[in-house]
Amino acid sequence: MAKELLKGNHAFAEAAIRAGCEAYFGYPITPQTEALEHMSKRMPELGRVFLQAESEVAAINMVYGAACAGVRVMSSSSSPGVSLMMEGLSYIAGSELPVVLVDIMRGGPGLGNIAPSQGDYNQIVKGGGHGDYRPIVLAPASVQEFIDLTVEAFDLAEKYRCIVIILADGSLGQMMEPAELPEMREVRRFEERPPWSLSGAKGRTPNVISSFYLDPLNEEEVNRRLMAKQAEIEANEIRFRELMLDDAEIAVVAFGTSGRIAQSAIKNAREEGIRVGLLRPISLYPFPYERIRQLGDNVKEILVVEMNSGQMLGDVRIGIEGRIPISFYGRQGGVVPMPDEVLEEIQKVNSRSSAS
Amino acid sequence: MTDKKMVETLIYTKSESLTELGTHYCPGCTHGISHRLIAEVIDEMGVREDTIGIAPVGCAVFAYDYFNMDFAEAAHGRAPAMATGLKRVNPDKIVFTYQGDGDLASIGAAEIMHTAGRGENITVIFINNAIYGMTGGQMAPTTLPGQKTTSTPLGRDIEMHGFPMRMCEILSQLDGASYVVRRSLHNVANIRKAKKAIRQAFEVQRQGLGFSMVELLSSCPTNWGMTADEALKWVGESMVEAYPLGDYKVSPEIKGMKKGGGG
Repeated sequence: MAKELLKGNHAFAEAAIRAGCEAYFGYPITPQTEALEHMSKRMPELGRVFLQAESEVAAINMVYGAACAGVRVMSSSSSPGVSLMMEGLSYIAGSELPVVLVDIMRGGPGLGNIAPSQGDYNQIVKGGGHGDYRPIVLAPASVQEFIDLTVEAFDLAEKYRCIVIILADGSLGQMMEPAELPEMREVRRFEERPPWSLSGAKGRTPNVISSFYLDPLNEEEVNRRLMAKQAEIEANEIRFRELMLDDAEIAVVAFGTSGRIAQSAIKNAREEGIRVGLLRPISLYPFPYERIRQLGDNVKEILVVEMNSGQMLGDVRIGIEGRIPISFYGRQGGVVPMPDEVLEEIQKVNSRSSAS
Repeated sequence: MTDKKMVETLIYTKSESLTELGTHYCPGCTHGISHRLIAEVIDEMGVREDTIGIAPVGCAVFAYDYFNMDFAEAAHGRAPAMATGLKRVNPDKIVFTYQGDGDLASIGAAEIMHTAGRGENITVIFINNAIYGMTGGQMAPTTLPGQKTTSTPLGRDIEMHGFPMRMCEILSQLDGASYVVRRSLHNVANIRKAKKAIRQAFEVQRQGLGFSMVELLSSCPTNWGMTADEALKWVGESMVEAYPLGDYKVSPEIKGMKKGGGG
């Protein structure tokens, strides 16, 4: 497939279709609505299911229902809409169903605005809904990566029977870039649906999908199973990219759009002779704590850059274990930092660490 | 001595669509009757292996343990949305929800309205007992004016809490709804009518004719503070008066159906 100019929201929607997504349920919300519109045209063309729900609450419960049937199913939304989905996501987590969700974050709290933000890191990465669970969370930094991670998300969701959330922001949803889409994968045939799915108890004992365990000992067993799964996810699914860290004295840690902005700043800083590199976590859960820990041995100082008030910062602190200084630069409320601002922060850190 | 032969005639047996498990329902509660009627209908239609049920949050939360078929457990009020998702990817299966009044008429009011409005080809069994059972007898959207509950200790005051919601009447106004009827479980004659309506509702779905709902006026002796007999009498008198029985919506396509009976 050749590269074509694609808008982020169209690109991930089409990538999901090509990954064999059989049903999409959603509700319009800026800045992700183009994905819903794309699905509304393409899914019926292919004989698949598209439905605009009456709310995000209904949309995620439709996803829950379709996931019970063992088909590849997804939704997408933006921050306020994702908040409404938290109840359903918790049930899906408790029922151990594979589901993919894309969150195109916008400024908040409250109605906020429709500009790009990373303010929902804590909500999404740490769980979000009630109860003891973690979704896999993947953060792209380009349209191409958005496409690739969407395809991967369906495989991961099914591998672990868990929720995979792609955490992007309004700029990634709205930007257009040349990117390549994958080959079309057909949807799974009815006979190929997983043995646990609800398809009618023909010649077998009934399947029940529930997250209700009245006896705490039984619920604890479920929690332990989820924990075991998380341990496996933490061992196998850590993803990150790094740039110019080999000889770096300063490491910038930033995800998604912030990571991409930081990349420009780092290149400019290198031209000024500052030995700085970038670590861009892609899997926010599981978080690359071990790589961060190693950085604590190799660099003098860390600079965390986020489009929020310092949420991933907490995870970086866990990785660094207080061994070296960590500074933070963030813009909030839908304001996107410019590479020059980040460069200035790198320069400040550099003059401080050179002086010490 | 003559050879005495015992002749046994089986006149009643457990439905295949029910499991062997005894239910947790209180003595005098009509959930057991509703379960039995649904199971009989599914048996008679021969669709047990093609049916998927969705249990509510409420007293019937364990319905998936009592029905011998594929089942899912919904969040409170969201069963119609879940059924929508399940049915859209399983259009050839029979999908039904089993919901109480707090579930369907309060927290899930939006979901039931839009599922009916879309004409979703599912069946809803709506248990109206005018109270929240599982949480211990609080006011429901269907609680009658003056009715005492643990959250309306002096009786439901319409000045403070407003009026009961009549869901059949409301849903029957939606073009998408095909079959919307109310029946009662307070005596044998009405139970027989209820079964006919449940059969009709499932037939509507099997023939792809759209959204069907059977509301069943039901008893909750425990939370009403009544004996089983008193409770049934209260259903037959007070509830039937507040929630008149009847066919609120029967689409022309259903009237043309050959099989089944409206009751």
